[in-house]
Amino acid sequence: MAYPEELYYTKDHEWLRVEGDEGTIGITEFASDALGDVVYVELPDVGEKFQQGKPFGSVESVKSVNELFIPISGEIVAINSELVDAPELVNNAPYGQGWMIRVKIGSKTEIDALLTSSEYEDFVAEQSE
Amino acid sequence: MSTEPLLTTALNKVHRRLGARMVDFGGWDMPVQYSGPIDEHKAVRTAAGIFDVSHMGEIEIRGPQALELIQFLTSNDAAKLVDGQAQYSALTTAEGGFVDDILVHRFAADHYFLCVNASNTPKDFAWISSHSAPYDAEAANVSADYTQLAVQGPKAISIMQPLVDVDLGAIKYYWFTRGHVDGVPAIIARTGYTGEDGVEIYFEPSESERVYDRILEAGAPLGLKPCGLAARNTLRLEAKMALYGNDIDETTTVYEADLAWIVKLGKGEFLGRDALARQKEEGIRRKLVGFEMIDRGIAREHYSVWIDGVQVGSVTSGSPAPFLGKNIGLTYLPIEKTAVGTRFEVDLRGRRAAAEVVPTPFYKRVR
Repeated sequence: MAYPEELYYTKDHEWLRVEGDEGTIGITEFASDALGDVVYVELPDVGEKFQQGKPFGSVESVKSVNELFIPISGEIVAINSELVDAPELVNNAPYGQGWMIRVKIGSKTEIDALLTSSEYEDFVAEQSE
Repeated sequence: MSTEPLLTTALNKVHRRLGARMVDFGGWDMPVQYSGPIDEHKAVRTAAGIFDVSHMGEIEIRGPQALELIQFLTSNDAAKLVDGQAQYSALTTAEGGFVDDILVHRFAADHYFLCVNASNTPKDFAWISSHSAPYDAEAANVSADYTQLAVQGPKAISIMQPLVDVDLGAIKYYWFTRGHVDGVPAIIARTGYTGEDGVEIYFEPSESERVYDRILEAGAPLGLKPCGLAARNTLRLEAKMALYGNDIDETTTVYEADLAWIVKLGKGEFLGRDALARQKEEGIRRKLVGFEMIDRGIAREHYSVWIDGVQVGSVTSGSPAPFLGKNIGLTYLPIEKTAVGTRFEVDLRGRRAAAEVVPTPFYKRVR
């Protein structure tokens, strides 16, 4: 199981990659494994704004629907439209081609509320016990 | 949630060894998936899959009036069965609803074997027993005496043939025989719940692990995969086979479920006959239909269904259809809205998405 060090994480199993004023967001490998085959991803429109921790979309496997919660407040500047025809990218490359949204970050101080890679790894270990 | 310990099949250890994800399914600790529901689903459509369905119940009915008892409690005509033949049927309520949907196998004129839904087994057994007094026949819940495996898919017969001592090619669809699977005495039935050819085998549980592993070993080179309940559900949905508790229950009649072919009003008196005869005469007001999503999104059970701004029902089964590559489902619609091509909307957690009534089954194998 991979926990890339440069990312920030939520207890809802989303990740955030910060690059300048923008953040890219997806779900973790742990989450995509737990979901199984992802068959559908519902994403917001570019321009929509979300407050940290609010639902911004959903990811569905054959068996289940799971809400997605945004790790940081911001405005959507891009969505991964490849997921429309290839939702399996979420399973195949959760930290890469399976990314979901890119936001213009509202406040970087919100990052303090997120987990680091090692904190998230510990959290997952606890969950799995 | 109940705090009772989960029931397990004789193959529980095997599922864990194979890396299955286990879930509580109606009180049973069952494998929901191994390699993944899409992979497993496609394996069954293109090669074969093996399912442990030992949670299913088995009820035997014996006695000189076994047939009379079954005829009174079911809507199909069990008198048409001969030894070695099986029949899909309904245990009906007085109102023509489903106590359960079942398979009736005739062993002999005075000996029948019912395969019933896992979670309904105690209810069915109590129901049958409570009606058996007037008949010289007795019901026995023999569920614990059997492991049930389903081997399904276009290659199922060729995988199983070398392992059995009967000619599987001579068993027609919905017939069965007694024989041996890898030396173990078994009931071998050409039945299934996937829309594919295949067999369901019933045998004594002590040999379960060996038999299962033997089939897996023999079938793997031909593409056979262990399959869980998730694939079983999507397979049966593509084939439009009803799921008890979702698509049918005590409040839905056999006619409403679009299963008129298992109602034989002419066979004589049976429980629910009057209600069904009346419904046939007056016409049903709603019917179970298959639909396909037109807009993006997956309809799932309990999602509300709307026509012209009015809620007309809810989805009873809904899922992606892995082989067809569509999102499909079943729902009861007002009878005047059931024609193929009728559009309606499904509420996908706040977003209304268009769906359309389509011909069923969604998937039909090429014979």
